[in-house]
Amino acid sequence: MRQRSLIAITAALAAGALTLTACGSRDEGNGGSDTSGGTKIVIGVDAPLTGDLSAMGLGIKNSADLAAKTANKEKYVEGITFEIEALDDQAQPSSGQQNAATFVANKDILGVVGPLNSGVAESMQKVFDDAKLVEVSPANTGPTLTQGPKWETEKVRPYKSYFRTATTDAIQGPFAAQYLYNKAKKTKVFVIDDKKTYGAGLAGTFTKEFEKLGGKVVGTEHIDPETKDFSAVATEVKSSGADVVYYGGEYPQAGPLTKQIKAAGAKIPVAGGDGINNPAYMDLGGDAATGDFSTSVGAPVETLDSAKEFVANYTEAGYKEPYAAYGGYSYDSAWAIIEAVKKVVEDNDGKLPDDARAKITEAMQNVSFDGVTGKVSFDEYGDTTNKQLTVYKVEGGEWKAVESGTYTG
Amino acid sequence: MNELPQQLVNGLLLGSMYGLVAIGYTMVYGIVQLINFAHGEIFMLGGFGAITVYLYVLPDGTTLWVALPLMLIGGIIVAVLAAVGAERLAYRPLRTAPRLAPLITAIGLSLALQQAVWAWYPDAKESVNFPQIDGGPFEIGNVTIQTGDIFLLVAAPISMAVLAYFVMKTRTGRGMQATAQDPDTAKLMGINTDRIIVVAFALGAAFAAVGAVAYGLKYGQVQFRMGFILGLKAFTAAVLGGIGNIYGAMLGGVALGLAEALSTAYISDIPGMDQFGSQSWANVWAFALLILVLLVRPQGLLGERVADRA
Repeated sequence: MRQRSLIAITAALAAGALTLTACGSRDEGNGGSDTSGGTKIVIGVDAPLTGDLSAMGLGIKNSADLAAKTANKEKYVEGITFEIEALDDQAQPSSGQQNAATFVANKDILGVVGPLNSGVAESMQKVFDDAKLVEVSPANTGPTLTQGPKWETEKVRPYKSYFRTATTDAIQGPFAAQYLYNKAKKTKVFVIDDKKTYGAGLAGTFTKEFEKLGGKVVGTEHIDPETKDFSAVATEVKSSGADVVYYGGEYPQAGPLTKQIKAAGAKIPVAGGDGINNPAYMDLGGDAATGDFSTSVGAPVETLDSAKEFVANYTEAGYKEPYAAYGGYSYDSAWAIIEAVKKVVEDNDGKLPDDARAKITEAMQNVSFDGVTGKVSFDEYGDTTNKQLTVYKVEGGEWKAVESGTYTG
Repeated sequence: MNELPQQLVNGLLLGSMYGLVAIGYTMVYGIVQLINFAHGEIFMLGGFGAITVYLYVLPDGTTLWVALPLMLIGGIIVAVLAAVGAERLAYRPLRTAPRLAPLITAIGLSLALQQAVWAWYPDAKESVNFPQIDGGPFEIGNVTIQTGDIFLLVAAPISMAVLAYFVMKTRTGRGMQATAQDPDTAKLMGINTDRIIVVAFALGAAFAAVGAVAYGLKYGQVQFRMGFILGLKAFTAAVLGGIGNIYGAMLGGVALGLAEALSTAYISDIPGMDQFGSQSWANVWAFALLILVLLVRPQGLLGERVADRA
């Protein structure tokens, strides 16, 4: 009997372990296509490829892949072929850090696109910086990542190897506040966040600007992103008399939240940042999402001339998933790495230098090109110089752009 | 506006759901002294069983009045099969092993089931949308009740009544009581204890499946991860009510749900407690309540058996 029980435990644990490993290896590197001749350079991609945020993560992966393929097709850098290797961070800082270590260990990797979440980026920055491996995020908006923890008073860039093509929440939050107060004429806001790096930061910069404009915060709440029951919060929103809700967080919680707020009888719009700007928001929120607002970085990709080619190529490449909120930025992030590689290779008589990683990181600072999302270049903190933002509103089950603008202090 | 009645209803609804799942923990513990940590995943499988019937078995556009009973049956079948299978493969071989062994199998099984759904169910990597009952919410005075919650409001008391009848009045039910009191003597009296144990697992799974359908209707989606936190809460509810006591499971669930809703709404109103009152603190207060109750009554609110057995 003892023997049998031992076998049973082992079998059960083995079954558990096997399924776990299966998910680990599932989404690894199905990258570039033709590697015929020349030097192969791998661009790492780190994003949530599974889990609640995978709709955004897969868009990042596909768009980076498209950039690599386009560079190969055009023979953009003589003698170099690019391919991508994508790792799944499941939106978890711990997985992100492991992935960062994996990328650093692979000598073929000379640049990384990603991650999606600011909290994940925090865990990866130092790993990359120690290896002088350049990281370009298409989606992180937390201000501390580039300007240090005391960014409001004293800007200090913590890591020289970190860049991003997305604007920060230092701009996004106030931009939303100005729109809601000045244009949408909302004066009483109920602020909710998920206590994560991104959500809490965004809610903070929003609140500050909204109060400065003369608006009133009639209530605040922090939700637990692991639960689905927001009924107690929804009841509070209703009885607070707010005329708008601002949510700092992401769509997996925002969708159910807007639904439960409306169901509780508060017929007021929910507004949020780029974290809720995803089609999945409407799937989760249903009809309740109609009239809700979100802001997102840049102008809508479809309206830019520079992006038409990207959209056409993306469709032609036949990716299964849409490019989602960060497609254009991911393409530009990958392309920035390609531009930096090009510069380094050309300066070194057409070959990769020995300290390619450090050289590429250095070259990134001066990269400048016309990308999908407009002019792509970086300021002294590694932030994008493109400070454009857009307000979106849910109409007929999709996010419709209301107005684009540049935030000015 | 006075929001207290609404918050009480919120807590009651949440608590009834905990209670439905807690019944499974409490019955299995009462009979075999096993904390079935895979029960949360049985609950999750119930939800996926129900949604499978809706998405892949029924023709598109079936009205919910026809679909819902069939989904409920589908969910119950899947959950019961999984629970009975788990009992046969993972727990029965270990019945005479030290008590820690089946506990570890349970945790392994819970991970395996979660990952299995994640890996093989189409689109389960994100939330899977659950059909919703149409029609506006009902307003009773200050209180709003969602259409999706009506199922829960009806299902929870009916489930309790059915369970009470089963345990008190039927032969198998009395067999369960006997086995719970003393398995060896029960066996000598001619009770097939193996069958009784299977029945306990199956019943618990059926109630968990009812809870899962209620979850789907309430939140509009099911996820492969939904069993973990909810299972933990339900287990807490079972301990709070007195593990081994089926009425205690329901009472513990309701107490936990109310603690969560009321702490979210009111703790921040207490001067100096501002930062401890948000919904992200609800779990802290729920567990504080558990510790408090266990300090005063180690056997739980209604329980009597746990003190000498655990």
